[in-house]
Amino acid sequence: MTDMSDLKSENQWMSEERKALLGKRHRTERRFKMLGLGAIFIALAMLVTLFVNITSKGYSAFVQTRFEMNVTFDETVIYPNGDRSAQAIRGASYGNLIRNTLRAEFPDVEKRRDLRSLFGIVSKGASRQLRKIVMEKPSIIGTTTAIWLIASDDMDMFNKGYIPRNVVEADRRVKDKEIKWFDHLDAKGSVQKVFNWDFFSSGDSREPEIAGIWGAMVGSFYTLLITFAISFPIGVMSAIYLEEFAPKNRFTDIIEVNINNLAAVPSIVFGLLGMGLFLNLAHLPRSASLVGGITLALMTLPIIIISARASIRAVPDSIRQAALGLGASRQQTAFHHVLPLSMPGILTGTIIGLSQALGETAPLLMIGMVAFIVDIPGNITDPATVLPVQIFLWADSPERAFVEKTSGAILVLLSFLVFMNALAVLLRRKFERRW
Amino acid sequence: MQMIAEIVNQEIQVNKAIISAKEVSVFYREKQALNSVSLDIPENQITALIGPSGCGKSTFLRCLNRMNDTVEGCRVEGLITVEGQDIYAPSVDEVLLRARVGMVFQKPNPFPKSIYENVAYGPRIHGLARNKDELDDIVLTSLEKAGLLNEVRDRLNSTGTSLSGGQQQRLCIARALAVQPDIILMDEPCSALDPIATAKVEELIEELRENYTIIIVTHSMQQAARISQKTAFFHLGEIVEVGDTDQLFTSPKDSRTQGYITGRFG
Repeated sequence: MTDMSDLKSENQWMSEERKALLGKRHRTERRFKMLGLGAIFIALAMLVTLFVNITSKGYSAFVQTRFEMNVTFDETVIYPNGDRSAQAIRGASYGNLIRNTLRAEFPDVEKRRDLRSLFGIVSKGASRQLRKIVMEKPSIIGTTTAIWLIASDDMDMFNKGYIPRNVVEADRRVKDKEIKWFDHLDAKGSVQKVFNWDFFSSGDSREPEIAGIWGAMVGSFYTLLITFAISFPIGVMSAIYLEEFAPKNRFTDIIEVNINNLAAVPSIVFGLLGMGLFLNLAHLPRSASLVGGITLALMTLPIIIISARASIRAVPDSIRQAALGLGASRQQTAFHHVLPLSMPGILTGTIIGLSQALGETAPLLMIGMVAFIVDIPGNITDPATVLPVQIFLWADSPERAFVEKTSGAILVLLSFLVFMNALAVLLRRKFERRW
Repeated sequence: MQMIAEIVNQEIQVNKAIISAKEVSVFYREKQALNSVSLDIPENQITALIGPSGCGKSTFLRCLNRMNDTVEGCRVEGLITVEGQDIYAPSVDEVLLRARVGMVFQKPNPFPKSIYENVAYGPRIHGLARNKDELDDIVLTSLEKAGLLNEVRDRLNSTGTSLSGGQQQRLCIARALAVQPDIILMDEPCSALDPIATAKVEELIEELRENYTIIIVTHSMQQAARISQKTAFFHLGEIVEVGDTDQLFTSPKDSRTQGYITGRFG
């Protein structure tokens, strides 16, 4: 009894020894918190660096330099043979219109070489631009109208400040005379930066100023559609079978281990498999979203199976027992109760798997989706490319103007990924159930 | 002649025992959970199964509607007949069996759907209602029988999980009744409920006795004594003693029963 009262005495609580121990405990706790905070800080700093870097390089891809010029829609150029059919209008030489316009704007340029440089300040895409205007409004023929023509990539880069003036001419892509022409137009107020719709509405091009990501976006869409259509039903059905019906024996253990292994297989291996199986053996069309989608489906399948199994397992047994106790068959139990309750989790896993597939490049290189494709794919068997491969292609291009295109495309891809992951989080929040 | 004999035979069995278990043994993989249990369960009575934890009473209960089939590695030996029919015969479909032998579980487990859907689910999968009106009728009658209708009449579309624990358990009973079973198995239906909710559920069980045969597993000896007519005492996978409830609780023959009901072990 005396021992007890001793223990409870003030001295025992506040002895020097205890104080030291307590102090040490608090110190370790503080140190651990600092470590954790530090780790988070480093991770965030890396993320911010990435975003700042890409955004600072990429935001200028969303604007485009244009020159305002008085284009004379000369009948003799558009109808050289007097043929006024729509086909003739389509086939007319709009390049000549532009050349005439530029000559009229800068009458003092006479030497052949200088002329060639002069014609080069306007994009090759400008003739397409004029054709579109004429096709839409043939009444414009014969008039002289001010048109904002797309500038060439070098002029665009110069206008955006990527090519500095104070460099020796020999080391500069934009020569002194071109700067003179630019300044002349700028002084007239004929230089403008406008929102670059072309970037979002056109396919790839050799000319950076008119290259766009729409083709890649459509390709990505078709590819993901195929991936989803194949991997979702197969994945969910496999998960249901494995969780609700399959006996637990060595065979199903082996299947489980292999599904987990499959999720860890490098994606390039799936690409090689896709090439061997779908192209060489089945002779499906090369470079098509169909084959890309099937290949990515192989890759996404294990992710969907694993996440679907986890969310099916999370449905409490009491629900299954309730249904079975009422005389529901196992299939009815699975499809009336377990599947609907696990669907939010399955969808979350599926979206995460698909966003992974959206960012995948390597397997698609193997099946030829890396080809240079200008046309927008019209269906799943058309040759196509996808966003990450487009980024890869542009990153590999030598023109200075493709740098901003690359970063711009990355920004678009990232925003899709962020959107999809946010959707997954939202789904989980909304339908999360506590038992 | 044979048919008459069968009918007569069945009638005798109906009068005597609706469920008859003979030398039932249950194994979970290698482990034996029940050892040669024989028990007759009389019709339209409440039979209580009591005994300490792990004695096999729930296992026995789950044999009666073949819920043990869903447990991996479970094996049942012996003969169990319901109304003279061997329920483990290959020709018997366990889905139909479970419709006739309903079950109420320890923890209230309504589906996370509306109250109406909870009750309507059983009749729907068994095709008991030809149209919406008939289904409405079954749902309302079942809720009425479970004594829940007055409490939920104006919120049939709110979710079953929003009810209180006792109401949830009565909803589960209504859900079982909606399939129109003859027999209802109850696995400690009140162990998760407070005393007031327990009293209500007990009252309900007593009312149901008129039309249903009820087998209830319980840990509460007072509950067994209050509501059952027949009690079986399980111990270590065997039935130690079975008899009329009054007799078993007042003058047990076996010393182990005596020990359990006086609270010396278990």
